[in-house]
Amino acid sequence: MTSASVESRPHRSAARAGSAFLTTHPRTRLALLLAAPLFWLVVVYIVALALLLVTAFWSVDSFTGEITTEFTLDNIITVVTGSLYQTVTVRTVGVALAVTIIDVLLALPIAYFMAKVASPRMQRVLVILVLTPLWASYLVKAYAWRSVLSQDGILEWLLAPFGGHTPGYGLPATIITLSYLWLPYVILPIYAGLERVPDSLLEASGDLGGKSWSTLRLVVFPLILPAIIAGTIFSFSLSLGDYITVNIVGGANQMLGNLVYTNVGAANNLPLASAIALIPIVIIFGYLFLVRRTGALDNL
Amino acid sequence: MTDSQPAIRLTGLTKEFGAVTAVDHVDLEIAAGEFFSMLGPSGSGKTTVLRLIAGFEQPTGGTIELFGEDVTKRAPFDRDVNTVFQDYALFPHMSVLDNVAYGLRVRGIGKKERTERARRALASVRLEQMGDRKPSQLSGGQRQRVALARATVVEPKVLLLDEPLGALDLKLREQMQVELKQIQRDLGITFIFVTHDQEEALTLSDRVAVFNDGRIEQLGTPAELYERPGSRFVAGFVGTSNLFDDERSRALLGRSGEHSVRPEKLVVTAEPETGDGVRSAPGTVVEVIYLGSGIRTVIDLDAGARVTVLAQNDRRGLAAGDRGDRVHVSWHDADVVSLAPAASSSEADAAASVA
Repeated sequence: MTSASVESRPHRSAARAGSAFLTTHPRTRLALLLAAPLFWLVVVYIVALALLLVTAFWSVDSFTGEITTEFTLDNIITVVTGSLYQTVTVRTVGVALAVTIIDVLLALPIAYFMAKVASPRMQRVLVILVLTPLWASYLVKAYAWRSVLSQDGILEWLLAPFGGHTPGYGLPATIITLSYLWLPYVILPIYAGLERVPDSLLEASGDLGGKSWSTLRLVVFPLILPAIIAGTIFSFSLSLGDYITVNIVGGANQMLGNLVYTNVGAANNLPLASAIALIPIVIIFGYLFLVRRTGALDNL
Repeated sequence: MTDSQPAIRLTGLTKEFGAVTAVDHVDLEIAAGEFFSMLGPSGSGKTTVLRLIAGFEQPTGGTIELFGEDVTKRAPFDRDVNTVFQDYALFPHMSVLDNVAYGLRVRGIGKKERTERARRALASVRLEQMGDRKPSQLSGGQRQRVALARATVVEPKVLLLDEPLGALDLKLREQMQVELKQIQRDLGITFIFVTHDQEEALTLSDRVAVFNDGRIEQLGTPAELYERPGSRFVAGFVGTSNLFDDERSRALLGRSGEHSVRPEKLVVTAEPETGDGVRSAPGTVVEVIYLGSGIRTVIDLDAGARVTVLAQNDRRGLAAGDRGDRVHVSWHDADVVSLAPAASSSEADAAASVA
């Protein structure tokens, strides 16, 4: 009876045979599943990164402009010892740190309200509101801030009656704009971290005599620290690599990304650009190494 | 002075969540040193009453007094009551010892003293060796005992327990019941115990309040609740009962109104039994269930009621019938309990005393 029904439906039996083959050959199954993403990861991602690393140890012939594929440490030495690169590195790290601190300070109360105070309905609305800015183009948002921060912009108009002034274009403007751009990436992991803290833990703390501040300091903060660090990894690394915002609202200031950009484009010195690009990569790896023990990497 | 006051006095306590009335004008007094249980199905309001006493929820109406002091408006950290949570709510990032010492720490007690007291509390629940572990490294029963030590180390006047044994398996639960009772006797403080397990409530408590629909359906000692249930709900929820409606009561028992008889008060015999106050009725066996310690027989009486009879597997051995056997079921008039309609427990009490 079974064989009759299989014969009457040949398509089904072919599909069945395929399924049966895959069921009994787990390695083939795995290969089919991972072939495309592995190709992407290895060829496009790791090879590109490796090339960057290798290129940093090459040089450019100053007459022909051709790349000489001979090993040299010149670019690395230039980048590490050159005062321009040192200044820009310190400035970039400073901006990234300031953005990260501002974002964490803003995200903590917002995420706490979303996770522990708001009603479930309100919670969903707030998650959507936090995500909404991510649907708009990065460039549009940066130019919007350029308009807000300009000398005759809305910020000047708001602050002037109180004797304040817009910071104008420069590093403060860069910090404000980047803080705005990366805030959702900091709110969401902290919100998720707070969601995972059961309400009963907060009640238990209060029940045992802990007032709000003790509860936050001794129970909530230690439990969401990995989530906070996960958020800072986003804001810190995104800020380190940014060069468009600083172009739009940063005035004459340059960040590491600008140096990479000019060396690839105008200066046509890809090896030096690669060496500069290694700076944020080294810093990020240093940061990841520092925070890996907190369990933050499980929260990304 | 405080001894003359009840540990807890609830007056007209009401809690509404939107359109739902979770607790409906509950009046209750719980004596100092009492082991008091709140028993009821889920959604009956028992846990809400506990959370109102703890201060996690604010009542819509009514007052809560703790040893004569009105604490209705006070925050949880300002009330001398502590809670053992259903999920234990141990702080996962702290060691067991730090968990137990937490209440002392937030009260500003020095490290040396709080460690000392936390160690003693852990010893009282036989976990002195576990202080350095994290809660995740403990078994369910051990976590339960840590939660108990953490709540009692701050010496509350009243301990609230929210289904604390619900997550444990049967053997462990029975063992913890004995321990809870001992701890309560040692500490001499009031325990308020929330459970949906009627057997647990009967085993542990001095008094039990049976909750239904946000109200107390009946309040009494375990024996009173079991022997003289005041309503159909209590008769069905506390233990099992054979219920007879008005018509069948007239036919079988010769009385009007609703009545109940416990399965173990019925006897199955081949011949009708007679005697002073003993009545019997013929019927057919429809199911025989072997329980080990006893045997449960389901019988359709010719008068139209289906009854369950529970016989002990005692010295006389089991007289197990077979399905389809013709038998007689007999009972003593004194074991028939008259029930009032649900939700009017005062009438039920009156009816019970008449019966």
